[in-house]
Amino acid sequence: MEVKVQNIRKEFGRFPALHDVSLDIRSGELIALLGPSGSGKTTLLRLIAGLETPTEGRIFFGETDASEKTVQERNIGFVFQHYALFRHMTVLDNIGFGLTVRPRATRPPKAEIRRRAKELLDLVQLTGMEGRYPTQLSGGQRQRVALARAMAVEPNVLLLDEPFGALDAQVRKDLRKWLREIHDRTGHTTVFVTHDQEEALELADRVVVMSQGKIEQVGTPDEVYDSPNSPFVFGFIGESNCLRVDVDGGEIRFQGKTLGMAAAEDKHGEALLYFRPQDIVLVEDDTPHFEGQIASTRRVAGTRHVEVALGSGAHVELEVTPEQAARLDPKKIGFRPTRWKLFPV
Amino acid sequence: MTRSASSGWQFRQPSVLPGFRWALGYTLVWLTLIVLIPLAGLFFKSAALGWHDFWSLAFERRTLNALWISFGCAFIAALANVVFGTLLAWVLVRYQFPGKKIVDSMVDLPFALPTAVAGIALTTLYAPKGWIGAPLALLGLKVAFTPVGIVIALIFVGLPFVVRTVQPVMEEIDREVEEAAATLGANRLQTVFRVLLPGLAPAVLTGFSLAFARGVGEYGSVIFIAGNLPFKSEIAPLLIVIKLEEFNYPAATAIAVVMLLISFSMLFVINLIQAWSRRRYGYGA
Repeated sequence: MEVKVQNIRKEFGRFPALHDVSLDIRSGELIALLGPSGSGKTTLLRLIAGLETPTEGRIFFGETDASEKTVQERNIGFVFQHYALFRHMTVLDNIGFGLTVRPRATRPPKAEIRRRAKELLDLVQLTGMEGRYPTQLSGGQRQRVALARAMAVEPNVLLLDEPFGALDAQVRKDLRKWLREIHDRTGHTTVFVTHDQEEALELADRVVVMSQGKIEQVGTPDEVYDSPNSPFVFGFIGESNCLRVDVDGGEIRFQGKTLGMAAAEDKHGEALLYFRPQDIVLVEDDTPHFEGQIASTRRVAGTRHVEVALGSGAHVELEVTPEQAARLDPKKIGFRPTRWKLFPV
Repeated sequence: MTRSASSGWQFRQPSVLPGFRWALGYTLVWLTLIVLIPLAGLFFKSAALGWHDFWSLAFERRTLNALWISFGCAFIAALANVVFGTLLAWVLVRYQFPGKKIVDSMVDLPFALPTAVAGIALTTLYAPKGWIGAPLALLGLKVAFTPVGIVIALIFVGLPFVVRTVQPVMEEIDREVEEAAATLGANRLQTVFRVLLPGLAPAVLTGFSLAFARGVGEYGSVIFIAGNLPFKSEIAPLLIVIKLEEFNYPAATAIAVVMLLISFSMLFVINLIQAWSRRRYGYGA
């Protein structure tokens, strides 16, 4: 189901958590709310769920205005970071809970609830665990039970609050892939909150980057990674370098030197130059380029990260292949960004 | 010398915590001095009676009645405390109101108050001419000097046990669990009765068994309000005191032994249930 968030503002006491946030979530989409802690992403998720009430603004599920509805009436599935399973109930009773609390008129018969719960148990690959209690499961298994429990009510939208936040790295990776598969199979509109950019980029159809209670950018993983529209997004997603440069006459200068990098003709004055460590070429000839000394190098998986001091305290980090790194002169390294973006200071 | 890990049951598990021998030795000596020797003395003394005399004393009609009243009233009082103690704990944990700190400390008063004082106060209130007794008498209800009075006294002394065992567990209930229930469509009542209270069951059971045990052994507050009519409102501890005053020590110990055995087996069963639920739900583990 489509979810429309319209001009939502939320204040806790006098502290504003969200300012005027609007977002359209398409039906069947897997969308990530990504941001540092305190950016308001969890608040937005809880507002959609109805666990918080907005100070201003409306939320629509399809055509119906959900703002006036209680959590119970919204029929959503919510997965918490720390599972929030009912520990006195078996796995099967946990999953079936949402169906057993329905009013008598819409409640399926007991056998039917059991059958549906078992089906979901198979879907989350926990076949045969129905009689276990939550404390007898590992963290990854508990989170899968929590997801099955949320899906049992056939929710309008599935909301996941840092679903893998409490799990260790390997389990996170497995569950990530698995969640994508489940989503493709069931087609639930899904919103998940994460502070892990890798998770958001790998898993989501679209990523909503948030900072300080505002949406910075909404786009596909490629869009937010390749064309960030603000210094914050550039800095937050992926690695990046930031240098203070001068723009003059369609040219970018750094510490007075030309760099062979073009800028818009009509811009003048200081600007911030952003580029990614891997978007560079090493320059050994006399064409204009950045020049500096190697401060240190680090091995990162298949590449080498070189930290370069450019003088007067400016530092950048470059990514080169190990072969290139072996040939570098520590006293003098030249490079030029191949892709970059300028932002006003 | 190496010890094989698979050599089956070992009295002493290897552990990094030092002082196992000392700690266990100290514990055993202390327990023996304080609990086991006096209780063994009880058995020893009653054994002097011989099987036949013990039997006839312990299962005399008056004794049986007193035991029935003691255990029955303690059971009812503990049940009442479970309901109202849990409610009280809920109010103290969940709501903010002026005077909350005072109410919270008042819960412990029955611990501190001399039980005789409590007994006299309750008797004065519930006596046929008392502030509460008089209106009840108009309705034809008699509280003081009946088993109902005993129950009320036992509720009074047992209340803190339930509140103080349930309260900390209730404080630890995760808000998220309630929110999860709400997102799944459960209303408040369903959340309370199907999610929160079952989660509290082990703590409630502990509170129940403590209140019950206290009620069975209670003497001071009960004798004032009970009226102490044999076969009607005479409790077992009082019967023991009566036997003692008659210098009939064997009879006193015989009744005590019966009480002890019943109490021990009931508490033991309750403990087993708790161990089972702890293993299953992982509470306190």
